[in-house]
Amino acid sequence: MRTVVDLTHCQGYAQCVFLAPKVFQLHGEEGLLYAPAVPDDQAERVRQAAAACPVQAILLGEEVSVDGR
Amino acid sequence: MDSDTLLARITDYVNRPNPYPLYAELREAGPVVRQADGSYLVGTYHEIAALLHDPRMSVDPRIRGETTHKPPFLRLDDPEHHRLRTLAMRPFGPPHSPGRVDAMRGEIDQLTEELMEPFQAGRQIDIVDDFAYPLPVTVICRLLGVPREDEPLFREWSDAIVASADVRPEEDSTERDEAGDQARSEMGRYLVDLAEKRRGKPSDDLLSAFANEPDPDRRLTQEELAETAVLLLIAGHETTVNLITNGVLTLLRQPEHLDQLRREPDLLPRAVEELLRYEPPVHMRERIPLADIDVAGTTIPEGTSVVLALASGNRDPKRFHEPDRFDPTRPDNQHLGFGSGIHLCYGAPLARIEAQAALGALIPHLGTARLVQDPPPYRQNAMLRGPRHLPIQL
Amino acid sequence: MAGDLRDGRIVIIGASLAGLRAAEALREEGFTGSLTVVGDEPHPPYDRPPLSKQVLLGLVAADSTGLPMRRDPDAEWRLGVRATGLDPLGKRVLLADGESVPYDRVLITTGTRARPWPKAEEAALDGVFTLRTREDAGGLAERLAAGPRRVLVIGGGFTGSEIASACRERGLDVTVAERGPAPLVGALGGTLSKLAAVMQRNHGVDLRTGVTVTTLRGDGSGRFSGAELSDGSRVEADVCVVALGAVRNVEWLADSGLAAGPRGIACDAGCRAFNMYGIVTDDIFVAGDVSRFPHPLFGYQMLSLEHWGNAVEQAEVAAHNMVNPGPLRRPHLALPTFWSTQFGLNIKSVGVPTFSDHVVIAQGSLEARRLAMVYGYQGRVTAAVTVDMAKSLDYYRHLIETAAPFPPPPGAADRAIAADIPVPSDVPDPKGLSHGPTVALTGYLPDRRLTVVQPRG
Ligand SMILES: Cc1cc2nc3c(=O)[nH]c(=O)nc-3n(C[C@H](O)[C@H](O)[C@H](O)COP(=O)(O)OP(=O)(O)OC[C@H]3O[C@@H](n4cnc5c(N)ncnc54)[C@H](O)[C@@H]3O)c2cc1C
Ligand code: HEM
Ligand code: SF4
Repeated sequence: MRTVVDLTHCQGYAQCVFLAPKVFQLHGEEGLLYAPAVPDDQAERVRQAAAACPVQAILLGEEVSVDGR
Repeated sequence: MDSDTLLARITDYVNRPNPYPLYAELREAGPVVRQADGSYLVGTYHEIAALLHDPRMSVDPRIRGETTHKPPFLRLDDPEHHRLRTLAMRPFGPPHSPGRVDAMRGEIDQLTEELMEPFQAGRQIDIVDDFAYPLPVTVICRLLGVPREDEPLFREWSDAIVASADVRPEEDSTERDEAGDQARSEMGRYLVDLAEKRRGKPSDDLLSAFANEPDPDRRLTQEELAETAVLLLIAGHETTVNLITNGVLTLLRQPEHLDQLRREPDLLPRAVEELLRYEPPVHMRERIPLADIDVAGTTIPEGTSVVLALASGNRDPKRFHEPDRFDPTRPDNQHLGFGSGIHLCYGAPLARIEAQAALGALIPHLGTARLVQDPPPYRQNAMLRGPRHLPIQL
Repeated sequence: MAGDLRDGRIVIIGASLAGLRAAEALREEGFTGSLTVVGDEPHPPYDRPPLSKQVLLGLVAADSTGLPMRRDPDAEWRLGVRATGLDPLGKRVLLADGESVPYDRVLITTGTRARPWPKAEEAALDGVFTLRTREDAGGLAERLAAGPRRVLVIGGGFTGSEIASACRERGLDVTVAERGPAPLVGALGGTLSKLAAVMQRNHGVDLRTGVTVTTLRGDGSGRFSGAELSDGSRVEADVCVVALGAVRNVEWLADSGLAAGPRGIACDAGCRAFNMYGIVTDDIFVAGDVSRFPHPLFGYQMLSLEHWGNAVEQAEVAAHNMVNPGPLRRPHLALPTFWSTQFGLNIKSVGVPTFSDHVVIAQGSLEARRLAMVYGYQGRVTAAVTVDMAKSLDYYRHLIETAAPFPPPPGAADRAIAADIPVPSDVPDPKGLSHGPTVALTGYLPDRRLTVVQPRG
């Protein structure tokens, strides 16, 4: 599973960091860094983080598979 | 009826079980509705959201001379709010303690299990007293470092403080305010004493972290510590109880969603967000403009009280498709259940984990359960709205 | 009519952020026809912003930033193949492998590439990097992990500053050379660029401003060993990152007759491309970094943005307009929004800071490293930049959208003492900077087309 955060909309509420601290982290007081490739054992937490983001900035999904269709 | 009595009607106890038609009336009359007493009421999503982000909207009661005492950060403006919230965050969340709340999951699950032990089929239980109240209280006690046995003591203080913070436009608040102040200072003293006992003997709780902060620049003064600890203890146990209770109430009223969640437990995190939109524990917050402010064509004068009806914004059809429908799969659910902007709930992640654990564990047992009383009896409080009891038959 | 538009053949050129989001949006909008996405990179769409942040910090691998799909767009992905031309009359996209793909409507999302170091033989030295692709980031991250003596970053724009920040965080010595008076000055103007300079120096960056790098030197065996600067000084380093901004990927359109030039492909507010005579097409659409489009809030000047958020929003508008008839089409009016994290600060911008004559610090302060700066042009709010104060950005967005008077209304609880004293915004001419601006105003409607389109001979 992959994740990407729309950081133009993110307001640094850090709800995602609380709920999935192995995937999301604050850099400084407000900047958000994250691991785009979500390890399987963190998927549930990242789902919770995505649901909790107050500005719904977290997208979860699969990567396009290389062999096309 | 006249829209300038809306706040009085919303806060009238007879409307506690279902204030939502009044919110619809408010949005219809709005976006900004002046009340007979000169205050303003706002009930539409976009206007509320904008005001929650407007740096000219103050929360500080001192600017209207209501008190001279420095309040907790819930009622302070930036930059002081930011300083104290950041300090209070250090032992609780990121960037300093990012894993703290996540690490409480196991303990919360276990507590939930313990509370559910007596829940046998055929029994009648009170969701509030037997489950939704004890869980967050125990959790916040452990987090702060407050002995659980003292609950009767601080419950009384908490009741008085919460009552004093309620909006009741028709009523003289002097007596409530005095009782609230009294309770606040007693509770503050109690919590400062607990913190003092930990000085030099650190334990794994917030009071200890506050008391043992080595850096003098990051140390809370005694007053700040008292205010902050009172805020956390109260906020931590007057709100989550309503979220869990409202969850059970909503699911028993709408068994199709109970079934849905039983079939798809992965939906639970989103269902909790939808609950925060559909039946939020915090219905209103007050703000005071520091300048004349124009909202959707109405000028709200500097210094007047503005009540933001968060629960009404959550049901605004201009923002949410079919807002009166409870829909755990709702996309783009940017509800106002935890507020928004700089005062966005400090404890939200903890409340979410508690509610998910509680509802997740309870749902499989609700198969044949039914409500004994609908609507259930509600608490007096209109701002922190929720059932006082929720008797159900398992 | 609408039924027809939801069917047929759509081809998207450029398989990155804008291309992917457009493909998804086309299906969301009900497009049921055939969809082909052509991309010259061999990878499925991946995200670039982490490349100068998480990846250089060594927190995540360069090849781990693949973008998640919102939904499977059910497209044919032709990856690793370059589009070499567009035949607007025959309605075909020509590919480097000799094939061509017919289309009914085409969307161009070919973005930008890193501006290379101008002297090819110096650029070829081992240890000289640019940063745009996954491969660039992977190679650079590897060098940083190996612990070079010093890293030289040429250009103090956002990317250059983020690279320098990552280096310092990894404990590496780094020199930043910037032709302008301070880092980020081209994007943020004088006041904030001074804060940026202080942050760099406080974090131990050897910041050289007002200088240009004249020569990159090799050690004799083809490895980069240092550089000479215009002030006569020399920097000894093992790694050099050329961060001189971006070049629009438009060369392949040279014979297409489109208004495609160094500032991008001109399109209307509905993302439809202009041809070189300023006549709008109706079957060729543009989105993302490669586009330039008029914006009513900024005097209908043509904006070229290198902003993640713009790529997403413009792709969605383009997709909508590709499958909807005229009256149902939407304009792309989103305000430009940008973020950057560097030296522990979160910098966010809304509006167009360079479209300004004055600024005020409306909240917070430079000393606190936490502030909201508001930009005004001729008495109207046109932009705002926050440093570690992202939660107030929405308020200023609203002021820009409603063309609120500048300076903004007073009353913020944490207003700066200087909130009522606007100072000149001090935005220099982009020509004087090493790095290209990430947002540029590029003159009125496509009347520049005849000067910028230079078909190769
Ligand atoms: C290191 C880095 C850091 C960044 N950080 C930020 C940030 O912090 N905030 C922010 O807002 N933005 C940031 N950006 C900018 C952001 O990544 C871009 O705005 C975004 O990638 C634009 O997407 P796009 O799809 O328009 O173009 P691109 O991502 O450039 O994609 C264009 C694609 O088309 C392909 N292509 C080009 N020509 C052809 C052809 N002829 N045939 C086939 N395919 C072709 C290219 O190879 C590429 O894959 C950053 C960019 C970089 C490189
Ligand atoms: C479901 C449960 C909860 C709900 C619905 C809730 C709701 C809210 C809301 C709406 C606000 C914003 C107030 C405003 O803008 O004026 C707020 C603030 C706050 N909440 Fe909560 N809350 C909950 C649980 C908690 C918990 C568990 C804690 C403590 C651990 C907590 C601590 C706080 C604090 C300290 C603030 C003040 C934040 C600030 O001013 O910066 N809350 N809460
Ligand atoms: S929860 Fe959302 S807004 Fe908050 S930091 Fe994470 S992504 Fe940003």
